[in-house]
Parts: sequence; structure tokens; C-alpha cells
Amino acid sequence: MIAVELVKLVRRPRTWVSIVLLCALPAMVAIFLAVTKIGPAPGKEPAFLSAVLANGSLLPAAALALVLPLFLPVAVAVMAGDSIAGEASSGMLRYLLMRPVGRTRLLLAKLVALLVFMVAAVVAVAVSSYILGRALFPAQPGAAAAVSVSGSPLTTTQLVLRICAAVGYVAVSMLAVGAIGLFLSTLTDSSLGAALGALAALVASEVLVTLDAAGAVRTYLPTRYWFAWLDFFRDPILWRDIDRGLAIQAVYTAVFLALAWANFATKDITS
Amino acid sequence: MIVTTALTKRYGRVLAVDGVELAVREGDRYGLIGPNGAGKTTLLRLILGLVYATSGEITVLGQPVPARLRTVLPQVGALVEGPSSYGHLSARANLSLLDAAGPGGARRTRPARIATALERVGLARIDERPVKAYSLGMRQRLGLAAALLRAPRLLVLDEPTNGLDPQGIREIRDILRELNESGTTVFLSSHLLAEVEQLCTRVGVMEQGRLVIQEELAVLQAATGRVIVHTPDAARAVALLDGRVESSVDGRLLVRHPDPAELNALLVGEGLRVTEIGPERRSLEETVLAVTSAGSDRVDSAPTAPAASPAAVPPEPAEPAAVPAVPAEPAVPAEPAAPAVVEDP
Repeated sequence: MIAVELVKLVRRPRTWVSIVLLCALPAMVAIFLAVTKIGPAPGKEPAFLSAVLANGSLLPAAALALVLPLFLPVAVAVMAGDSIAGEASSGMLRYLLMRPVGRTRLLLAKLVALLVFMVAAVVAVAVSSYILGRALFPAQPGAAAAVSVSGSPLTTTQLVLRICAAVGYVAVSMLAVGAIGLFLSTLTDSSLGAALGALAALVASEVLVTLDAAGAVRTYLPTRYWFAWLDFFRDPILWRDIDRGLAIQAVYTAVFLALAWANFATKDITS
Repeated sequence: MIVTTALTKRYGRVLAVDGVELAVREGDRYGLIGPNGAGKTTLLRLILGLVYATSGEITVLGQPVPARLRTVLPQVGALVEGPSSYGHLSARANLSLLDAAGPGGARRTRPARIATALERVGLARIDERPVKAYSLGMRQRLGLAAALLRAPRLLVLDEPTNGLDPQGIREIRDILRELNESGTTVFLSSHLLAEVEQLCTRVGVMEQGRLVIQEELAVLQAATGRVIVHTPDAARAVALLDGRVESSVDGRLLVRHPDPAELNALLVGEGLRVTEIGPERRSLEETVLAVTSAGSDRVDSAPTAPAASPAAVPPEPAEPAAVPAVPAEPAVPAEPAAPAVVEDP
């Protein structure tokens, strides 16, 4: 069933459209930057963009910072929300279950397909922007490959490793959204409803994170440590927030996957 | 093949299936009839493990459902509430994905099995167009092909001829009959009485979640114990059969008599001319309407009428040959109002 889900993922045009769109936003930003040479002031949002002018190898990091707050979670929420609800609304859910595919197994296959999509999307963004960055912003000869946020130089190897780590972290950060979307997807037959529900949870979390009055719960919100991957570019790497971010994602994922399973395994399929 | 005991499914306050005692036997072509909303589809979903029962038990192919769905379902082909497919993929791709999704069935034999199933439903020359470009009839055939993909022992079909033209309906009927003759039990639901009458050997009638009739079709269509006689000598015949003639209209007599042959001999022996003679039979439609048209109130069947009593489901096969030539008691009572006891709530 997992193989079938992956085939379906690959053969569905939407998968490719959403990945291309994800890559298009950073590419667009990079082209504007390359043409006008007007970068944001150093230290201003979006992160890393000012440094890109000096070193194209940093474009992947800047690209992640660009797609992370909205584009990426939207794509993941849409995929997750569609996973069970989409099958239900197309009427295929009943035929899969009568095939028979065990309910737990189906949920697991959907989860694996979702994970593959998340990783593929983030990697595609990183790779495409790395290539584009190298092409548009030639590194100055003789200069250090890049400078860490802390000010010390980084070699190209170090940089690539850290970008890889950041890619991994960003992919993991999408787990909570994915799990919430998957859970909502088992509740309703409307994939749109499930996707919007997951996004609503996300927006609520992003709003509360910025709110000082919500300080008591802030640490436990799924988006609280989303940008902790920036710490990979410190020298030495600052692990504290990264660890907490990973832990929070793990907890949210476990809870919502358990809920999704409990609901789906006992649900009457009337679609 | 399928046995349910006191099967009940409640959706909130709605009782969708109410104490159903279904018995589909091996080799049956069983037709489940009932108006829309009578609970036919819910019953099918319960049997296929899509919906869980509120109470009661289900046994399919000798195994309890839903506990043993994993061993039961690979031997069952099903079409529930219309065919479905991934619209952006071709028919073959759809069948291939569906086949790969579940257990059993070697990958090696997959293309051959898909070809056989497509051929069986008349889609052998299907091209690579995506399914969303298909007509309703083609999708219905594709749905049936998906059900046949694994040569099932039991076919559970919900309105299998939906969306087909008369020719297609006939074709599907022939396919189902063929499959049944080669050993597949067919259990289908329909709201078209004529379809069931032409195809099925056994009939169940659902009404507001209850199975109000479950009987051999031949029994339901059995003679009523009356004989229809057409004769130009109506007046003499009435005099001869004094008291046994129930009606006489334009030379058509309705005579209470167990045996048309004997009656014919009697009439002819007396020198009466007979143009037409035969036993009176009820159509399935009359039978069904008699139980289901009694309004929206509760309809209970008379305890004396075995055909109409859900409690009297015969677990052992009643041979079609057992259709009484001389019914001691009409299988279906003559007066529609008589067998159906309408209870005031």
C-alpha cells in the first residue's frame, strides 16, 4: 500500500505543481535581487537575504526562510488535508478499504507519502536555490565561502552541511501541521475543510507566538521554534532551541497521529 | 454465504437497519429490493465492514465480520453506491493501483487479470484516456471490472445496472448469470423490481430498515390457488362451478380451484368451450407493494404467512421444486390488505 501511495503521489499533477510553485518564489526573489542589487539591510527580514548578494551559496538558507512561514505549511496542509478526505470525496476510500486495505495500514501509507512530499518539497527548494544562487551571485574569489551569523568564516563544506541540517529541521517542522491536517482529514469528507482547519491552527499558533500576553503557552506552540534552524548558522551551533523545536514537533505529531488513528479505525465510512 | 442475526445500525436517532435476519446461501442470486432510503446500502456497508453495527452479528463466508475482514474481503467483489476511480488515470492504471493496494494476487499475473476483467465487462479495447472522460455506463462497467478482478466467490453489488442503457443492462444480467453458474454467489440491491425479477432466484424486501420479506422468487410468484378461465360459455360455467367462481367479467372467470388441468377436464367434459385457462400468479410487484405500500407507519407481516415473516427465514434451502402445485395455503395471501397487519403506533 505504501508503494501504491507513492505512485499516486508521483502521478498526481498537483504534487509537481506545488513543488514548482514552492521553488518559484525564492527564484523570483533571487532574480529581482540579482537584477537590482538592492538587498534588505543586514539583520532585517527575510533572513540571510542581504548576505546572498555577497555569496550565492547562502541562497538556499534565504529560500527556506522565505517559504517557511506560509508557502510550505500551506502546501503541506493541503496535502495532509487531502490524504483521507480526498479519497473519501472521490469515493475511492470505500473501495480501498474493501480491497481490503487495513485502516491503520492506509493511514500509515498516507503518512509516509506525506513525509516523502515534505522532504521532497524542502529539498527541491534548497537544491534549486543553491544552483540558482551559484549561477546568479558568483562568489568573490579569495574571500571566505561565507560568514556565519556570529561573524566567523565558514568553509563551503561547513556551509553545505549546515544547509543540509537546516533542510532537515525545516522538514521536521512541518510534521505538526501534517499531523493536524491528517487528523482533520479523518474527521471530514472535505479535503478543503481539513486543509483550512490545519492552516487555522497554524495561524492561531503564529499569532499567539508574537503575543506577550500568551507567554505562558508560547513555549508549547508548534510554530514557536520554527526559525530555530537559523542557529545552525551560528558558530558554534546553538542547539538549545533546535532541540526544543524537535521535541515539540515530536509531541504534536504523536498526539495528532494517535487521534487520527483512533478516529479513523473506529469510523463508519459512509462516503 | 451471508448470515446476519438481529443486525441493527443506528445513526443518531435514525434506525437505518433494524433487526435484519439476512440469509444469502451459496449459489444464490439474491436480490435486495426496497425503496430508496430503506437501508439497503447501509446493510451492504455493514456486510462489507465499512460501517460498524450497533448490535447484532454478521457472518460472511463463514467468518465473523468485521473481526475477520482481512480473510473475508479478498474473496468478495463489491460495488457500493456507484463506481469510483481516480479520474486522472486510465482504466488499466486504476485497476492496477487497486489490485496492488491489497493483499494476494501476484504482480506477475496482474496485467492478465486486468485484461480478463476488462474483457468480461466489455471494455477489452479500452484506450489510455483518463477515466474522467468516460461515460457513466463505462464507469459502471469499470466498477464491475474492479469487483471481478480477483475472481471473487461472492459479489456484492449495489445497483449494478445504474446508468446503463437497456442493452448494457441485459449484458450485465448475462454476465452475472454466467458468473453465478460458474459458482459465484451474487448479492445485489436494486430498486428496480423488474431487474430483480429477471435475474434473481431469491428476493429480500426492505422497508424502513427492516427485512420484511425473504423468500425464493418462485415461491413469491407461486400460484394463488385460483384459476383464470376464459370461456364464451361463461353463464353455464358459473352455474356448473356454483360457488367457486369469484368473479366473472366479459367471459373471464376467476375460479377457486387447486388444479387448472382438472378444472379444464371438468369444463370440457360438460361440453363447455375454453379459450384460455391457467393458474393465477402474482407478480413480484404486487407482492412487494402489498408489504411496502401500507404507508409510513410500521408494517408487520402476518405470522401465518411464511413469506412475509422475517422471523421465519428458512436456514435450510427450500427447493424451488417445493413450489406447491396445490398450495394448501397461498404463499402470498390473495388480499393485499389481509396479510399486512398495520399496527397503530
